[in-house]
Amino acid sequence: MRDSIERLFDSLRPNFEKDGKLEYFYPAFEGMETALLTVGHRTQADAHVRDPLDMKRMMIFVLYALIPCILMGWYNAGNQAYLSEGVQAAPLDALIRGGWAMLPTILMSYTAGGIAELIFCFVRKHEINEGFLVTAMLFPLTLPPTIPLWMTGAGIIFGVVIGKEVFGGVGMNILNPALTARAFVFFTYPAYISGAKVWDAGGSDIFATPDALVDGYTGATPLLAAASAPAGSDPVAAITAAGWSFKDLVLGLHPGSMGETSTVVIAIGAAFLIFVGIASWRTMVGGVVGLLATTFLFNMIAGPESNPMMLLPPHYHLVMGSFAFGIVFMATDPVSSSATPVGKIIYGFFIGVLCALIRVVNPAYPEGMMLAILFMNVFAPLIDYVIVKRSTARRAKRLAAV
Amino acid sequence: MSSPATEIKADSAPMFVWNKKTKALITDPFLDDNPITVQVLGICSALAVTVQLNTSLVMAAAVTAVICSSNVTISMVRNLIPPQIRIIVQLSIIASMVIVVDQVLQAFLYDISKALSVFVGLIITNCIIMGRAEAYAMANPPWQSFLDGLGNGLGYGAILVTVAFFRELFGSGSLFGFQVVPEAAYDAGYENMGLMVLAPGAFILLGLLIWAQRSYTGFSEA
Repeated sequence: MRDSIERLFDSLRPNFEKDGKLEYFYPAFEGMETALLTVGHRTQADAHVRDPLDMKRMMIFVLYALIPCILMGWYNAGNQAYLSEGVQAAPLDALIRGGWAMLPTILMSYTAGGIAELIFCFVRKHEINEGFLVTAMLFPLTLPPTIPLWMTGAGIIFGVVIGKEVFGGVGMNILNPALTARAFVFFTYPAYISGAKVWDAGGSDIFATPDALVDGYTGATPLLAAASAPAGSDPVAAITAAGWSFKDLVLGLHPGSMGETSTVVIAIGAAFLIFVGIASWRTMVGGVVGLLATTFLFNMIAGPESNPMMLLPPHYHLVMGSFAFGIVFMATDPVSSSATPVGKIIYGFFIGVLCALIRVVNPAYPEGMMLAILFMNVFAPLIDYVIVKRSTARRAKRLAAV
Repeated sequence: MSSPATEIKADSAPMFVWNKKTKALITDPFLDDNPITVQVLGICSALAVTVQLNTSLVMAAAVTAVICSSNVTISMVRNLIPPQIRIIVQLSIIASMVIVVDQVLQAFLYDISKALSVFVGLIITNCIIMGRAEAYAMANPPWQSFLDGLGNGLGYGAILVTVAFFRELFGSGSLFGFQVVPEAAYDAGYENMGLMVLAPGAFILLGLLIWAQRSYTGFSEA
């Protein structure tokens, strides 16, 4: 089997190499070859390997870490579709229906984004980068399952081109490409990504059974339920009235974007990423501390007439919305986050602070995680700059003292 | 009286010349020296008025009118302006022209004038106009200054109209206020892009336009 694949690639190779007929498409050939086989060529100059962990393995590990999220989102997409019709579905039924909602979205993300990526590989003559595999997986997980397919396609193309390739490809991008794609969909088609329309069971072809629509099923996410409680009332009571206990929120059986709902499975992914040393625990700890501290502060200063989000306890903030998913999978993106160890803590901390600020103080958006991360992505180089400057100044002083 | 004969002689070169050099005054600002995409001036109004084609066409015409007339006027008095106070003189000339244009718009195109609101008045602060006055009209005769103003006004207008074309088409599904995206497309699930109506949409379009132009001309700032 392996021999025959090798023979096939060897026979095709001359066409793709320099002066071959299909020279232009070399990146596609190279991509297929590295995906299927271990490539024979080695480092040409003196070896300088510090760690056998390369981009390919790093990105594959992130995909492994996402598997629990994908499975949970898969099940929950179907589960929520049935619930919106008032049906308590068996797990298998929910999985089948969830698959119909989720898999085409993921497929679309890989296809449309892959084509955009390939075009740039051909024109710019660089190799297909494994980072795309993660971007195209993260993006659909941040979308509600009812999103129209063509919006997924438009979003990922925007993310790949504007979020990454215009800056020069992987490693040069300022913003996280998956979040750029989501921000595009969020601002371009706002009605489809948040608000009550999303879980309206009659709103999409996949779930189109308007007759079965249950009266009074709003489909709001817990965050929206809490944010729209009357001023001065207890937001926890509003969430309970909407049918969710704290345990439900942790388990993730409530409406929301496909990957974000369940804090438990995200924690499994986070543990795996920290264990294999890919995602920074500093960013995650910084983010959690920032969110808890800010929301605790809001709890302290909340008066009887204040906005209900100010009264929401910190541990609720932690498990609601996309905070957990964002801080584990989006904020830790090695390219767009701060690079210095102390910088990562500061960067993560302010993501948590901003997320809480947008959730509580901004009346327009019930969720602020996407905007918080994108905002701090922009500030990450500045944080690094200050830390490196301080470090060099300190060392120069020490040198002068010697 | 000083000798008028010699002065006439000094200016005896034909006033309205038309050759390769003067032609370039009009054609250059379209591509190689575009005020928006190459010099990156006048961005503010390019973002503000390009939601619809109507308003951006009128804005382009207004800026072209102001820049032509101010260039000609400044060029005519260029030797009388004391250099220490030249900016304030240029500004008062530009401001007078803007007031004329504003009054004309209010008289004949009241609706569009209302839609453009403060941005007609803000033509005074448009860097392109000041830039052309300072960089060209102060040193060249009126006819050439007129051509330079015309070229730059049209170069600015071309970008404005291009951006507005895409913003109106994708953002509202219409062109010049007429619906061009068929109802059938909306029924099939098509949606207008909300981002295009917002200012960031214009930023992104402008960026793409600059990208396309620079990969075509090979222009680079570094």
